[in-house]
Amino acid sequence: MLPDRTGRFGPFGGTFVPETLMAALTELEHAFAHARRDPTFQRELRELLAQYAGRPTPLYHAKRLSRALGHITVYLKREDLLHTGAHKINNSLGQALLAVRMGKRRLIAETGAGQHGVATATAAALFGLECEVFMGEEDMRRQALNVVRMRLLGATVTPVSSGTKTLKDACNEAIRDWVTTVRTTHYCIGSVVGPHPYPLIVREFQSVIGQEARRQILQAAGRLPDLLLACVGGGSNAIGLFHPFARDRRIKCIGVEAGGTALTPGHHAATLVKGRPGVLHGAYSMLLQDRWGQVLSTTSIAAGLDYPGVGPEHAYYQLTKRASYVAVSDADALRGCELLARTEGILPALEPAHAIAYLQHLAPRLKRHTLVILGLSGRGDKDVHALAQALDSHGRHSSRI
Amino acid sequence: MDAIRAAFNRLRRIGRKALIPFVMGGDPNLATTSQVLLALEEAGADLLEVGIPFSDPLADGPVIQAASARALARGATPARVLEAIHAVRRRLRVPVVCLSYWNPVLQFGHHGVAATPRGFVRAAAACGVSGIIVPDVPVEEGEPLRAVAAHEGLAAIFLAAPTSPPARLRAVARASEGFIYYVSVTGTTGPRRQLPPALVHGVRQLKVLTTKPVCVGFGISTPAQAAAVARVADGVIVGSALIRAMGGARSRAAAGRAGRFLRRLRRAV
Repeated sequence: MLPDRTGRFGPFGGTFVPETLMAALTELEHAFAHARRDPTFQRELRELLAQYAGRPTPLYHAKRLSRALGHITVYLKREDLLHTGAHKINNSLGQALLAVRMGKRRLIAETGAGQHGVATATAAALFGLECEVFMGEEDMRRQALNVVRMRLLGATVTPVSSGTKTLKDACNEAIRDWVTTVRTTHYCIGSVVGPHPYPLIVREFQSVIGQEARRQILQAAGRLPDLLLACVGGGSNAIGLFHPFARDRRIKCIGVEAGGTALTPGHHAATLVKGRPGVLHGAYSMLLQDRWGQVLSTTSIAAGLDYPGVGPEHAYYQLTKRASYVAVSDADALRGCELLARTEGILPALEPAHAIAYLQHLAPRLKRHTLVILGLSGRGDKDVHALAQALDSHGRHSSRI
Repeated sequence: MDAIRAAFNRLRRIGRKALIPFVMGGDPNLATTSQVLLALEEAGADLLEVGIPFSDPLADGPVIQAASARALARGATPARVLEAIHAVRRRLRVPVVCLSYWNPVLQFGHHGVAATPRGFVRAAAACGVSGIIVPDVPVEEGEPLRAVAAHEGLAAIFLAAPTSPPARLRAVARASEGFIYYVSVTGTTGPRRQLPPALVHGVRQLKVLTTKPVCVGFGISTPAQAAAVARVADGVIVGSALIRAMGGARSRAAAGRAGRFLRRLRRAV
């Protein structure tokens, strides 16, 4: 069972952090192992997910979308319907419960699109914990709505003005805070990235997506799917969907990364498509970097995908060919967003819009009746401002639907 | 590795504590780094620590982050920093150690599948570097670095922290070569008005476990702090405060400021 005891998925993963954090990571590893076996913890989490977050989320048969794409059958796993609007709440509730068990009264988090920040601020409010969220200045501008939400929930949002002013730098700042406050603070990482045991913990809390989807598709379609599709920034919603199906080798998994404006250095965030192995934020994984190992800046219309690293388990899936990874441009993601809105009346977040766009591109080459589950990781309310701008600058691009 | 051991043996004989200044390689340019290293030795440094700039220095506070960014903006690369050390190495009597985050070390000389520090360590050895410190490699992940460094005759220096429990302190003491880098504060690099009261106890706890020299860094900025640390430790490492004293100056101006700053500390240590 991966990761192994050193936190490795094959060659990827590990624990590349300052010594100051090592004792806290060991403590977290033990607390998590204990909680995992503890029926009280499991029941508490299950009840929270059901009564507070709104699980199980529907597996929705998107008939009009399926028809628009040809002769395939598309189901959407509706994480967008969860409390706070995205899958991030699954993980934040789990980690907040863990923090309480460890006696830590303060949560810190990094956030890109703001969804993980909102989810963590929400969990902190629910448990009466102090919360500080680090967010790049650039992201605060483009996801201003979520900044207001976090502040309303009682969290402190700390702007990060170093480096590229986006998710990567927010992670750096969160780690620097944790190095200073580690005795009293739990760092609630929002994706399957970071040092061991984070990729394992976040996978565990997000696997509820795939576990539910598996039951639901068997009930709805009477068989397992042929294809799983999800967007990948750090990769938490994709791992959550893929992992419970990973042993069914017949099921194809495709992760969709942010192709930005062009697949040239600095203009995209397609880490698995264009990167090479390296160490960032505590793990050895794929990384967008220059020849000297300096981390490259990234570009994406989706703040939640705008990250030069990726979870080590995805790097392992790619290496072992368990999943394949592709990139979709900003412009295509906008078209994906519009397609889902017009066919199904669902406005997706810009992140999963990348997966919809890729399905649109792939559909003509799929066999009739291919059964697809697409991870709809979040809703588009947060992106209305960005979408309005994009519509203007694209000259009110007309739909082909 | 031998150079570091010899340096500490000599210091022990004459009853003196090591003063170890840290500068960022290539900040604000490589010529300045060379001149500053010479001035620091002249001002009484016993070891010199040179940083390899990195885009994401997550153990560092604002001063060293800014130094790193300035160096990168002016085109500093790991290879150029090593060359700058090499250029002045013959004129220096004291050992030089490099501090780098893990990724630039791993990527050095590799353009396909990376995963070995060999290229960097070999180049560093060829440039006259005696030791290497990698702040984001704890002992659990340290074996590849230790093995390669030992092979090339470099000391792999590991860090111990105030949050390290006794079992970890022992592991760090066993793994570290040359000296042990004790992190004085729970936090990132950068000047502190006051050092934590538990520091003395922490250093003593570590010294009981090992005969290797223990040098203390992070947060030390004033002669009084340096003197207090030198009473319990074998050496004092000063980075951010020195970089701040240099104030972004270049060439001889930077060398002059660095020398004056270090002389004040030297008198205290």
